Parts: sequence; structure tokens; C-alpha cells
Amino acid sequence: MSNDRDTIFASIKSALEPLPERTECPDWADILPVSKKMDTSVSTKELFVRQHVAASGRACSSVDELIQLLKDEDCSFGYCDPELANLIPEDAGIQFDTDYDMAKVDEYKFGITKASTAIAESGTIVLKDGETSARLAALAPWIHIAVLSEVDIVSTHLEAIQQMADDPYIVFSTGPSKTADIEGILIEGVHGPGIQVALLL
Amino acid sequence: MKSYQPIDIAARDLNPDIHKATFESSKVKTAKRRAILEADYDDADKLRETAGLIKQHTIEHLDKYLAQAEERMRENGVQVHFAVDADAANAAVLKIMQDNGAKSMVKSKSMATEEIFLNPYLEKNGMEVVETDLGEFIVQIDDDHPSHIVTPIIHKNRRDVAKSFEREGLGEYNDDPETITRRARKHLRQKYLDADVGLTGGNFVSAESGRVVVCTNEGNARFSISANRIHIAVIGIEKLIPTDRDLSLFLNLLSRSSTGQQLTVYNQFISGPRSANQPHGPEQMHVIFLDNGRTEVLASECTEILRCIRCGACLNVCPVFRQAGGHAYRAVYPGPVGAVLSPLLAGNRYPELADLPKASSLCGACNEVCPVNIPIPELLLRLRDRAKREGIKKATKGTPALGLWATLCSTPAMWKTALSMGHTMNYIPTEMIPHPSAKAWQHARKLPKFQGGEFRKWFKNRKQS
Repeated sequence: MSNDRDTIFASIKSALEPLPERTECPDWADILPVSKKMDTSVSTKELFVRQHVAASGRACSSVDELIQLLKDEDCSFGYCDPELANLIPEDAGIQFDTDYDMAKVDEYKFGITKASTAIAESGTIVLKDGETSARLAALAPWIHIAVLSEVDIVSTHLEAIQQMADDPYIVFSTGPSKTADIEGILIEGVHGPGIQVALLL
Repeated sequence: MKSYQPIDIAARDLNPDIHKATFESSKVKTAKRRAILEADYDDADKLRETAGLIKQHTIEHLDKYLAQAEERMRENGVQVHFAVDADAANAAVLKIMQDNGAKSMVKSKSMATEEIFLNPYLEKNGMEVVETDLGEFIVQIDDDHPSHIVTPIIHKNRRDVAKSFEREGLGEYNDDPETITRRARKHLRQKYLDADVGLTGGNFVSAESGRVVVCTNEGNARFSISANRIHIAVIGIEKLIPTDRDLSLFLNLLSRSSTGQQLTVYNQFISGPRSANQPHGPEQMHVIFLDNGRTEVLASECTEILRCIRCGACLNVCPVFRQAGGHAYRAVYPGPVGAVLSPLLAGNRYPELADLPKASSLCGACNEVCPVNIPIPELLLRLRDRAKREGIKKATKGTPALGLWATLCSTPAMWKTALSMGHTMNYIPTEMIPHPSAKAWQHARKLPKFQGGEFRKWFKNRKQS
């Protein structure tokens, strides 16, 4: 293995040596608009909601709205981050575990976890490993509910990237899981959630 | 004697259903790409050009960035391996599995592992390997090959897929794409939960942070690093970019160029094993940096092709790909990018693929859509030149002999005489030429009268007056 490393580095060096000059890295940081054109007349929150819905996501602005959504989708059992367990009132008719049980992966119809931030540019939810109580809860159930505070919403991908810090696993999640592999026909809910909900509190 | 280029023969013999599917899907994706870039940016070309320069800079400083990425990864707790070729990479994957008593692997889509034929190697060594991208899963159960970098089963229709699912015992025949997808979800769900190892590729690696970025729409790459103990990422050494900031540019370009989406559904930024408080996810992360001919490409006349971020836009827009389909390129990478990359990566099999750079009309569309602005037509010309210099027979198949033309062009006296004789063209009954293409052309159009050959005379007289 270490031999392979040395061989590769030696090959790279000898390939690059004859170059008369090397391309400089363009300094684009302050001059190139890499985020798409956005409507500046609305708030970041409103823009996020608009984009999230455009990406086939659902947005709820209250717990009542969420409970209604879960009932409409016939989801009465799921998983909830223990720190968010107080959100759902006991008399709401919604049952959940706060300790993720691998044996129940397919029984959990919904998963409620925290989102670290959200991005207005694309309606994206940002999940960090350190703040997600269980990776599978945000992925395996048909419905994933990402709970976020509206003050956490940033405008662009770049801002979210700059906030990644040293978390080892971050997911930018934009709408439900989807495929168009068969005849280009769009199908939602392939391996991940078929319904992605942003609960804004 | 008529001789055809291999790609012409492939296009001629292509099943009409596959041709239609490839053509339609490519056209739709090309239109979506264009629409979203125009809607979202005032000057999308500026983004492409900048991204191209960043990648060119990176590959021209690859020693520095690769060493930097390696160092960051080790600091992050990642086990970093290097593999000079397919054999070394396959052996490295197998060794990681054996060292950990692993028996099964779920795999998210990766072109690099297509390139090294990892699946048959692992299976031969007693491992279970399951592809989890829906398209790749179908390719696997059909023992087929992907025909597109991004949409691997562009060459199959729903009926083909339904038959395969029925054959594999995944339910009765049903060709509804939604039903097929649900069945795959159920089947693969159990595979994820049972697997010891999850393998992914890597779309980008940030040298600054050592983050590996993996982009998928289906969520399979998320599942491949959630229920299992070990994550292995096989990544070509050219996948580096200098900083995290660059990702904001590249992610916006990749998804729009590839599928016309503003952003891929899931972009994962992975820099190590799971965090301390996390119950799910790998305890070990391995990165295998793959050379497999890339340093030879770096030393070749076609370095620019290493900028490629595998979006597939050049395939979708290419008139030759649309007519011939991906399998016509006889290698892992089809389309314009494949016509450059495949012969270069082929090593001593190069002469077998040396005809591919001729599979292009040099119309330039591939360059115009490329998110990293690779001058593909220019590279194709360089490779044609190389094949000519090396006297590779296959590369001259189906090419008209241009010896006479070359002599004419390089002998001024002959050229002058030919031009002044141009008027005789007007007396040749061109519609009588017994050549099929000439006949077809004449059927619909009339050759305009030759009116040239007067310039020198005019110029001479002008000077005197």
C-alpha cells in the first residue's frame, strides 16, 4: 500500500514537471455570484418555505399542523428525538419511541429529528450528525420531520458550508428521495423518505 | 470498398426501442439543463469557466492537494489507502472486509468501481455485493453494463425492468414504475440492514477539510453509511478541489448540468466515522484513492479531461451518443467524455479503443455544456493526431483518404491552378455522380454555381490602379 502511495506521488510529480507554467486558481470569491438569482423582496424564512415546497417538501408552521399531516397520512406510530418528545401532546393520538429500536425500522412511519439549519436558496434542510439523535430516524421512515428554528435559516449554500465546522457527517436534504431511472419518470420515495417535512418553530 | 467506423455499425444495429429511449431522454435532459441555468443565472458561462479553471489548477497541483487531503483525512480519523490500479484497489477493499470479518456489502453508485470491476472480484472471493441505486441494481440483476454515467438504464424500458423483477422473484409481472420502485425499496431495505460494509464513490474531495462529498437523489448513499459498521469510499485521485468554499460553486453546477435540478436531493459531506453521540453509522471510514491510469492521463496531451465531474451533460447533448447509445463506446465511460477518457485509461488496450475519438462530428456542443469547460473537441483532435502518428489501423477505418487533398493544399502552384479551373465545376452534371450520399444530397438541394477563383486577379489589378 505504502508503495502504491509513493508510486502515485512520483507519477504525479513526473507528469507535472514538464509543464512550462501552471494554471493559477481564479480568485472568484467576491466577484462571482454562485447562488442563483433570488427574490430579495421576501424574508429568508418565506423564501425557504417557497423553495422547500417547490422541491416537493412540506412545511408546517405549528405542531397542530404537523399532527394533522400525520393523521392525513395515516401515521400513528414513529420515532421522535427524546429532546423533542414534549412537542407532541399525549392526547394527540400519535405514538412514538424515543429510543430507536432497530427491530422496528419498518414499523416507524415517521421520524422526528432536529435540523441544524436550513437554506433558503434551494429549500434545503441541513442535518448534522452531532445534532441528529439517530441517523436512521431521518432516513428510513416514509415521513421525516425536520424540526428547525426559523432564526437558523441561512440564505445560501455557501453560508451553510461555512458553518459545517468539524461535524463528521452533514447532509443537505432537499425534498423527498427520488428517482427517474425508469423511462425518466419521476418517482418519489425510493430509499429515503417519500415525504419530507420542515417544522418551523 | 465501403468501410464503417465501429460506432457507425453500433448505431446502425441499435435496437429501435433503445435508440428512442436514449434519444428522448437525452433531449429532455439537455433542455432542462439549459432552462434552469438560464433562469437562475445571468451569466452561467462565467460559472463554467471559473469551475474549469479551479479544476485545471487543482490537477496541475495534484501532488500538493492530494497530500493535503490525505493529511486532513488522517487527522479526521479516516484510514487512507492508495491503489495504483484496479487489482490494487480491489485487493484493498477485500482486505478491509476480511480484516473485519465482513461478508456483505451494499454499494451506492460509483463509476470508479465500474472501472475496476469490483463486484465480480468480491463475489469471486465469497462476498455478497448489492448495488443499491435503482438503475444500478437493475443493471446488476441483468448482468448488464450501465449505458450512461448518471442514468445507467437509459437503454431499458419499464417492460424490460418488470421482466427482470419477475425473474428475480420480486413479485408478479408489473411494469408500473412506482410499483417497481416500491418493490426495490422493500428488497434493498433488508440488504442495507444486513450489510457489514457500505461502499460509495466520491463526487468531490475538499483538500482543505478532507471532506468527501457524495451526491445522490435516491438516498441510497445515505443508507449505505447508516446501518453498517464500515464505510469504504473508492475515489479517483482527480476528484479533489482546493477548498470547502469551492463546493458551493460545484454543487450548483453539477446538479443543473446533470439532471436539471437546482441541487441533488442529498448532498453528503463525510469527513470520518460517526460522531460520538450517534447510535447509527460506520465506526470506520476508509478512503481508497485510485490512480488506474489517471497519472498517465495527467502526463498525456489530454490533461484537461481530468477536470470531469461526471455530470453526463456531454452525453445528453451529443448527436453521436443520441444515435448510438452508451454501449456503442465499448467502455465504462460513454459519450464525448468517454471518447477521450476511455482510450487514455485503457493502458495497453489503447489500440482497441483508438477509434473512439473519431466518433464525433466536432460540433462543439459537448464543450458548450461542460460545467468545467473541457475543450473536448480539441482533445478529440489531439487523440486523432496521436492515433495517426502511431499508425493505429482501427483509427482510420471509415475515413476517406485525404492524401490527394493534403498534397493539393500544401502545394501552392497546384492550389492556384485548381482554383482557376474551378469554373469547370459548373459544367459537371453533379446530379449524375453515382455516389449514394451525393445522390441523396442532390435530390434535395442544388449545388450553387462556382463563382470563386477571381480574388488573386482582382487583388493584383487593385494594387496597380
